[in-house]
Amino acid sequence: MAMITPAAVSAVTPRASGWTRSAAAGLLALAILAAVLAPLLAPADPALLTLDQLQPPSAAHLLGTDALGRDVLSRLLFALRTDLLLMVFAAGLPMLAGTLIGAVAGYRGGVLDAALRWVADIFQALPVYVLLIAFVFVLGPGTASLLVAFSVLGWVVYARLIRTEVRRVRERDYVSASYLLGLSHTAVLFRHVLPNALRQSLVYLATDMGMALQGIAVLSFFGLGVKAGTPELGAMVSEAQLFLRSHWWLAAFPGLTIVILGSSIAALGDRLGDRLGGRPVGRLSGRLGGRLGGRGEARG
Amino acid sequence: MSAHPLLEVDGLRVAVRRDGTALTVLDGVSFAVGAGQCLGIVGESGCGKSLTLRAAMGLLPPGIERTGGEIRLSPRAGAAPCAVPPGQAAGRGLAMVFQDSHASLDPTARVGAFIADIVRRRTATSRAAARRRAVELLASVGVPDPALRFGSYPHELSGGMRQRVAIALALATDPRVLLCDEPTTALDVTLQAEILRLLDAARADRGLGMVFVSHDIAVIRQIADVVAVMYAGQIIEMGPAPDVLDRPRHPYTRALIDAVPTLDGPIGRFRPIAGSPPAPADYTPACRFMTRCAHHVAACSGPVPGVDGLDSRHRSSCVNTLEAR
Repeated sequence: MAMITPAAVSAVTPRASGWTRSAAAGLLALAILAAVLAPLLAPADPALLTLDQLQPPSAAHLLGTDALGRDVLSRLLFALRTDLLLMVFAAGLPMLAGTLIGAVAGYRGGVLDAALRWVADIFQALPVYVLLIAFVFVLGPGTASLLVAFSVLGWVVYARLIRTEVRRVRERDYVSASYLLGLSHTAVLFRHVLPNALRQSLVYLATDMGMALQGIAVLSFFGLGVKAGTPELGAMVSEAQLFLRSHWWLAAFPGLTIVILGSSIAALGDRLGDRLGGRPVGRLSGRLGGRLGGRGEARG
Repeated sequence: MSAHPLLEVDGLRVAVRRDGTALTVLDGVSFAVGAGQCLGIVGESGCGKSLTLRAAMGLLPPGIERTGGEIRLSPRAGAAPCAVPPGQAAGRGLAMVFQDSHASLDPTARVGAFIADIVRRRTATSRAAARRRAVELLASVGVPDPALRFGSYPHELSGGMRQRVAIALALATDPRVLLCDEPTTALDVTLQAEILRLLDAARADRGLGMVFVSHDIAVIRQIADVVAVMYAGQIIEMGPAPDVLDRPRHPYTRALIDAVPTLDGPIGRFRPIAGSPPAPADYTPACRFMTRCAHHVAACSGPVPGVDGLDSRHRSSCVNTLEAR
């Protein structure tokens, strides 16, 4: 393949990724809106059992009904709620835990820091999915054990990223100066060090959201996720397995939704990475709003 | 100058620890600053002038530590200075303005909020009072529209404006001594003059003691009452600014002044100093300028007399001072 010149790259890349970003953002926004408005939008109670079992899509049931006569569209809308909410916590809780641990270890240094690196090495050598399944299996299926499992396995990456960044930011003049000027260590760490150390973690969080969504769906598919009967995308696909050949709509719609949501989030995460790469990011309110409106320059 | 100096640095020694060995980079640095007085420290890159300030502030980078000497800071106006133990920040009473205003301001904090935060920690006033004080401070350093600028992020300000904010930040703690580490070096000449005027006004209004580090002799001449010349980790000459800068006694000071080209001087007066300063590993008790000095004599290889910096009379560490010849 011929060498790609910088000019060629800059001519092609922004348009393509700009298009992807808009599409991804639109789809995600639509999904969030649908999830929020699910009680209003759903034509029927998602748990309501009827005798109209395994109906194909029709005017009465836009996406048909399942083996228990429940309206698939209603279940899909409520499943969006379950999955998006779980996704936020399954990705957010590990970040919260990892950020706290990494920040304190990086700021204090010494034994704490060495211990963190040691533990992080062990955690990163473990196979995540196997452990995730093992964890939920031991704790018993349910939302709480799902979130515990994600947090226990997910904090390590954030702790590492934050720890490294905190150590870098800690050496800046304003950090030592603000401590010398009378701020407490806690204030310096949380108000002046951490906001400058979050950039990489935010990018990782965006990517991790997609992973979390799929993880939840996969675990629920295996019956290790949400409680049986809860509308959830992975569980819906699982319930549809028996009817895969005869009643395609049961698996197709939730399956498609997982794919679309997962790829939208991944695409947005990538874009965020491009945008924030190499530049400081501050408090979300102050900086991100302004940033996302402007045109991003690619950094090599 | 009141009876007691505000800040005394006495025989300061600082070493870099690497691979189990300690390399002395500051060797017996002594000076004192009184209220309303400005000490200018001048010297070329790597001579230890910034390190001296950081040591006084307690801001030494990891791996570099104080190994000797005393730093004494007056706890209140008029009180005798007390020793600050090594490894501990001098903290209250001292504030610092850095060369790089980018590095001295938090890029994610609104500048006014940062200042108000520090005011609040120090004086335990209400949020609103701290905010008013921060706006006052911004106004006092010549930030136009201070109430509006309160909410700006550092990247929204120009370099000169950032440096003004950095000065307001330093003044927020009501320091008695202000340490300035080349605060004008990153600015263009007109801004440089404005910032110098601003610092000078702050010194006069508040009776601040000031230590001003620069490699720029013209800047030092403008702001300093007393000048200390540093070379290879030592102060080699010290005295009232006009004496040191116009009638230097140490051959290095002479050479440093001659190395600056002038517009009105005779053509060909621009004379760089041959050779380069010794690396800290090669520091000896003998005169460290000897190998580059046109005036060296046999006595230069012996231990040089130190400069006792605790007074402001004109002293030089040269055994063969220019004036004596």
